[in-house]
Amino acid sequence: MGTTETGIVSGRLTPAEYDRNFSDLHPPLDEHEALVASDRCYFCYDAPCMTACPTSIDIPLFIRQISTGNPIGSANTIFDQNILGGMCARVCPTETLCEQACVRNTAEHRPVEIGRLQRYATDIAMRDNVQFYERAEPTGKSIAVIGAGPAGLACAHRLAVKGHDVVIYDAREKAGGLNEYGIATYKTVDSFAQKEVDYVLSIGGIDIRNRQMLGRDFSLNDMLSKHDAVFLGLGLAGVNALRTEGETAAGVEDAVDFIAALRQSATKADIPVGRRVVVLGGGMTAIDAAVQAKLLGAEEVTICYRRGKENMNASEFEQDLAASKGVTIRHWLQPKRILTRDGKVAGIELDYTTLDDGRLVTTGETGVITADHVLKAIGQTFEADGLGAIALQSGRIVVDAEGRTSLERVWAGGDCVLGGEDLTVSAVAMGRDAAESINRALAAATQPVVAVA
Amino acid sequence: MADLRNNFVGIKSPNPFWLASAPPTDKAYNVERAFKAGWGGVVWKTLGEEGPPVVNVNGPRYGAIWGADRRLLGLNNIELITDRDLYTNLREMKQVKMNWPDRALIASIMVPCEENAWKAILPLVEETGADGIELNFGCPHGMSERGMGSAVGQVPEYIEMVVRWCKQYTRMPVITKLTPNITDIRKPARAAKNGGTDAVSLINTINSITAVNLDTFSPEPSIDGKGSHGGYCGPAVKPIALNMVAEIARDPETYGLPISGIGGITTWRDAAEFLVLGAGNVQVCTAAMTYGFKIVQEMITGLSSWMDAKGHRSLDDICGRAVPNVSDWQYLNLNYVAKARIDQDACIKCGRCHIACEDTSHQAITQYVDGIRHFEVMEDECVGCNLCVNVCPVQDCITMVGLEPGTLDERTGKVVDANYANWTTHPNNPMARQAAE
Repeated sequence: MGTTETGIVSGRLTPAEYDRNFSDLHPPLDEHEALVASDRCYFCYDAPCMTACPTSIDIPLFIRQISTGNPIGSANTIFDQNILGGMCARVCPTETLCEQACVRNTAEHRPVEIGRLQRYATDIAMRDNVQFYERAEPTGKSIAVIGAGPAGLACAHRLAVKGHDVVIYDAREKAGGLNEYGIATYKTVDSFAQKEVDYVLSIGGIDIRNRQMLGRDFSLNDMLSKHDAVFLGLGLAGVNALRTEGETAAGVEDAVDFIAALRQSATKADIPVGRRVVVLGGGMTAIDAAVQAKLLGAEEVTICYRRGKENMNASEFEQDLAASKGVTIRHWLQPKRILTRDGKVAGIELDYTTLDDGRLVTTGETGVITADHVLKAIGQTFEADGLGAIALQSGRIVVDAEGRTSLERVWAGGDCVLGGEDLTVSAVAMGRDAAESINRALAAATQPVVAVA
Repeated sequence: MADLRNNFVGIKSPNPFWLASAPPTDKAYNVERAFKAGWGGVVWKTLGEEGPPVVNVNGPRYGAIWGADRRLLGLNNIELITDRDLYTNLREMKQVKMNWPDRALIASIMVPCEENAWKAILPLVEETGADGIELNFGCPHGMSERGMGSAVGQVPEYIEMVVRWCKQYTRMPVITKLTPNITDIRKPARAAKNGGTDAVSLINTINSITAVNLDTFSPEPSIDGKGSHGGYCGPAVKPIALNMVAEIARDPETYGLPISGIGGITTWRDAAEFLVLGAGNVQVCTAAMTYGFKIVQEMITGLSSWMDAKGHRSLDDICGRAVPNVSDWQYLNLNYVAKARIDQDACIKCGRCHIACEDTSHQAITQYVDGIRHFEVMEDECVGCNLCVNVCPVQDCITMVGLEPGTLDERTGKVVDANYANWTTHPNNPMARQAAE
């Protein structure tokens, strides 16, 4: 027990400490706070925040609706563009998107709290189960959506609205994709991801099949023979390997598995963590893993990143969050080998790195950090099993502006496509836009032939 | 340090900030607190005639409108005159005046429009040692239904008659409080002057319904599902009050008549504006009801700092200074040409100036320049209307700049004329053409 016991153990903290550590990072705004926050919006014309939003939510309008006591109308404005607006309100790196573009930054270095306001409105609509959409007349068309993550859910919802029948196939136990398995607990508490899935599916016409994995349980051709169109929202199922000595030792873990296990745990007391944890990587996954390791009671948590601060994919806000929780972030360090004792991690030896003519090189100097738990967050990869001859580039599916792949009747979106931004909100935009494209294609194919006299 | 001492129709107070006759001045407890906080004077809550006091509603008495962050912008009330016994008020007034001899204490009075009613109450008030009286011809709710308050203030003949009685039956200075619920404020002011009033005070509150409850369809404030118009006051009414003060200050028939300025005064700046438009002092209510009596300290120090910065040594140096600049529209200089200028360093690129101009005005502000979001005034389209200045959220980001005589107005293609020229002689004015013919 406690933070100083060496080795990877669970139950380092008291139940109260776990509860406190994994509670809502940004508590919801109450009505008064929302009114005060919404009053700060200038209702900009052709607003920069709206341009910065990958889903182009009409932010000035939804904030004005909050300020006039119309949170339901506000939620409608949000969901029209982004049916996963509730999750995006929680997990979007708003500091690099809408809130970075907010003109209040220029005026006083403090943006309107767009994310929290979006959560305020969507929470009310979802709490009251207000449904804004009705399905169009049935079209008789069926579309397979593979992957129940943000891209797949957004695509499925928009297709259902258009009157199509949708079957979602997902490899995991629960729908939601990264929303369910890949996001730090304190960003989405109280099973919000599942509540959101239920809310999205309540439109009707969407059949969801879990534990159905592309390449294992079916192939793309199976789908094409059963459905009129296919949308691939596969995400990134693979993780990069370190390829260093000691990688297989007990205590070396993929950060995505660590994060997923945390999300599926009710109490967090059952999630083991080391006394001294080293997290490798510089993205959001590294931060999520490091912060949560610290919150689980690890005594020391160090993020090692092989380049400089300015190269980190994790936003400034995320880096500050990690620092505030007591995580140390070290730059210009690259793993050389995992040190072990009795088959278990005992430390990590790292090369110091530098840039030589723009190329990352080791300096020859090395250092050692004592560790009993190493979490790898060095990138995820796309696994293309079962996709047949689909065109790939740089290991991702190639799509056009509408989400069409190289294959007839196959669309794709989210992290699995080339140009994907590893953002929930971008995945939603791609899923939604692909649905519109699918709808147009199916409508064009069924146009009655007009007799010409 | 500027000298803020005030002498208003012979009534002296250490500063020009009085509390208006209203709920904050209903009893000794409040007035003592006000004087401790630094108020220069108080107009005691309106006294009625001897006998059973008026009764108030037992439900809400106030309604309001709010701005951003629930800042109170306008208040309305349906409270009547004091609902305490006349002699209780008189006794307390006497004691307070004894306790605070250097502060102004004015009695506000509202009794029926009968000579005997006024004749009866005036000696009682005089006995308290009050410095003067204010005739409440302004309250627009409740009492007006009984032929008092604004019901008197809306009939200049009644005003003149009652003022005359008061001047006849008391040695105390008479301040006549006017209602704004009238077409031309100069008429009641002239009547008051003809009756011999020493001063007028204005504005009293404005007939108003602040809001309607959309669940019950009852006006606010709602008394058991019904509402009645109330008297509107607070920051929102200041522009109306300033105009009425200025109208009286510049009217040849009332020119020089002392004015106690009232209406939405919330800061020293508001007060200064009333003073320069011809008020000899000011009365405050809603600001105190919103923030408490301490606000007078901001008013005193603010006015003093401004006067020091500008070299004004006493109130006489500032009172009425803006009155000569209040003009009829027809005398405004039509040869004066101004254009909006946007300070690009201060601009936060919200686009509100652009959309206001584009949708509702003269299409004179860009949105993009060379493909970049950039808001700039097109001088060949700008009529100088000032709307962009008013909608810009950043102070002094957009300013109106007058064109120097001799420069080209790109909109009209004409060179700016140094000479003053107004509508009365403009060729488009049919009256001017007639005169020329």
